[in-house]
Amino acid sequence: MQEIKNYTINFGPQHPAAHGVLRLVLEMDGETVVHADPHIGLLHRGTEKLAESKPFNHSIGYMDRLDYVSMMCNEHAYVRAIETLMGIEPPPRAQYIRTLFDEITRVLNHLMWIGSNALDLGAMAVFLYAFREREELMDVYEAVSGTRMHATYYRPGGVYRDLPGQMPQHKESRWHKGADLARRNARREGSLLDFIDAFADDFPQRVDEYETLLTDNRIWKQRTVGIGVVSPEQALAWGMTGPMLRGSGIEWDLRKKQPYAMYDAMDFDIPVGVHGDCYDRYLVRVEEMRQSNRIIKQCVAWLRANPGPVIVDNYKVAPPKREEMKQSMEALIHHFKLFTEGYCVPAGETYCAVEAPKGEFGCYLVSDGANKPFRVHLRAPGFVHLSSMDAIVKGHLLADVVAMIGTYDVVFGEIDR
Amino acid sequence: MSTDTGTLAQRLGAHLGDKIAAVHEWRGETIIDVVPENWLAVGQQLRDAAEFRFEQLIDLCGVDYLGYGQVEWDTADVTSTGFSRGVEGEAAGRFDWAHRPRTGAGHKRFAAIVQLTSIAHNARVRLRCHAPDDALPVIPSLVPLWPAANWFEREAFDLFGIVFEGHPDLRRLLTDYGFVGHPFRKDFPLIGNVEVRFDEKLGRVIYEPVTSVVPRVTVPRVLRDDSDLMQARAEAADKWREN
Repeated sequence: MQEIKNYTINFGPQHPAAHGVLRLVLEMDGETVVHADPHIGLLHRGTEKLAESKPFNHSIGYMDRLDYVSMMCNEHAYVRAIETLMGIEPPPRAQYIRTLFDEITRVLNHLMWIGSNALDLGAMAVFLYAFREREELMDVYEAVSGTRMHATYYRPGGVYRDLPGQMPQHKESRWHKGADLARRNARREGSLLDFIDAFADDFPQRVDEYETLLTDNRIWKQRTVGIGVVSPEQALAWGMTGPMLRGSGIEWDLRKKQPYAMYDAMDFDIPVGVHGDCYDRYLVRVEEMRQSNRIIKQCVAWLRANPGPVIVDNYKVAPPKREEMKQSMEALIHHFKLFTEGYCVPAGETYCAVEAPKGEFGCYLVSDGANKPFRVHLRAPGFVHLSSMDAIVKGHLLADVVAMIGTYDVVFGEIDR
Repeated sequence: MSTDTGTLAQRLGAHLGDKIAAVHEWRGETIIDVVPENWLAVGQQLRDAAEFRFEQLIDLCGVDYLGYGQVEWDTADVTSTGFSRGVEGEAAGRFDWAHRPRTGAGHKRFAAIVQLTSIAHNARVRLRCHAPDDALPVIPSLVPLWPAANWFEREAFDLFGIVFEGHPDLRRLLTDYGFVGHPFRKDFPLIGNVEVRFDEKLGRVIYEPVTSVVPRVTVPRVLRDDSDLMQARAEAADKWREN
């Protein structure tokens, strides 16, 4: 009989299903994976070291670029760490805005995930559906921060500015005019909150549409049911968090267990899986979108009724108002000091975590009392999940590796940092 | 956070006894200092003891304490010395690879920091272990207890050069194949060591010393007495209460 040897293949870093720059060295026995060795770091930018060389506020923008599909959640962990060390607390309206935008971010992330994961496994249409809603939420990002993705909206002590009273509208162009333009602007007549509210009213039906495409889809189930089973013990040992942990049936969500921002005032449920396979994690994420929508509705209702300040009234960390700077020398000096030197954070160390869409995103911050952090370490959920790759995909077929990479929801901005 | 962290620190102190160097609590976070000899034993007890059950290693990272508390800007006597107040510090932004400081005098530079989570008891704890030797920092590996430590330790080895004894596969993780040095050490220049470009003549990518970037510090690092900050914070708190 002919002797057959194992062979090694390179999966990525240029493979479309590698979600960025994953180089996966697979040792194969025929179609079966014997050993998987992910090589990461192709997107390593040294964010943590860069943060050590600049004042605290300058690094907020870097946080967006870590997990670049759940931008504001990353910022949240970082600014919360600074706030903990300084002992400041944002005003309630800022907390509600953060809660609202954390959930918008979660929906954004899960839409990206459902689209790209379905695309990996051969379903093209879901991607187009998901991006339709993503576009609207990106417009919300743009309305508050001026950018569609890298918002830099959260600041220590609150958020950069209040929600705009007028939702920006599409302008007339050669391609969009008349009735078409009116349709596109139909929801944009009122304030940003009106727009989000209308979106949230509509969104559950949109989720139904994705489910119609996937949940009972025979091909989808063949590709995901019973694939990449993670037992609860494995999930704990490998440090999994977020939907990876909940998909295995462990009810653990920092929003409930260690609430931050306004989550303890919110009414929502935590979905958990039963089998711990790719299909259960899909169901968990879809349900999370529905629950996020509930939270969004509650935040919108509160924010409509309760105007107020959105950042602390402390000129050491937050800039004074423009008109005040025209009158007050003190305000001018504070503004100058804040934007040239920054603020000094009392010596100490803290670990602050948020429930990011992918799992626990944590920021370990050490300050020696200077205006720059002494050490920042960012605990990226994708990094931890990907490290379990070898243990999970061993014995699976090559095509299932793609399903597994998809279900990990890897983004290399945060894994390589 | 656990609601009874105060008692958690005390219970940890009582349970672990002289295995640990110190246990303290700060703003609801519990921190345990451990010497390398007891590192694994303490981890094992924290994971397995029924009253703690820290089943998840959530994070592990290295820290280089070189230059802790040093500044790049002398704010003490401003007017007498004028503008040339830049301090010759250990700041990574001020030197390149050839002129990097080669101090061996620092005391216990490297530490591994671990964050543990107990899902059963909804608690968190932080462990810290200083490597005894600066020249060759060695800390026992936690991979036998929590497989999640695998990549975290590879990362800390890669970026700080901390050797985790007993790690099954201690390779570089984030840096380039064939990278020299440990980039997150405080004596590694911020501009890096080598830069890469495509050479037309040779027809391949080549590595050469960094010339395109000049080391400089745009915003100097300063330490300030934060009493005015405390004052402003207290005033701000009062204002909210009134509102």
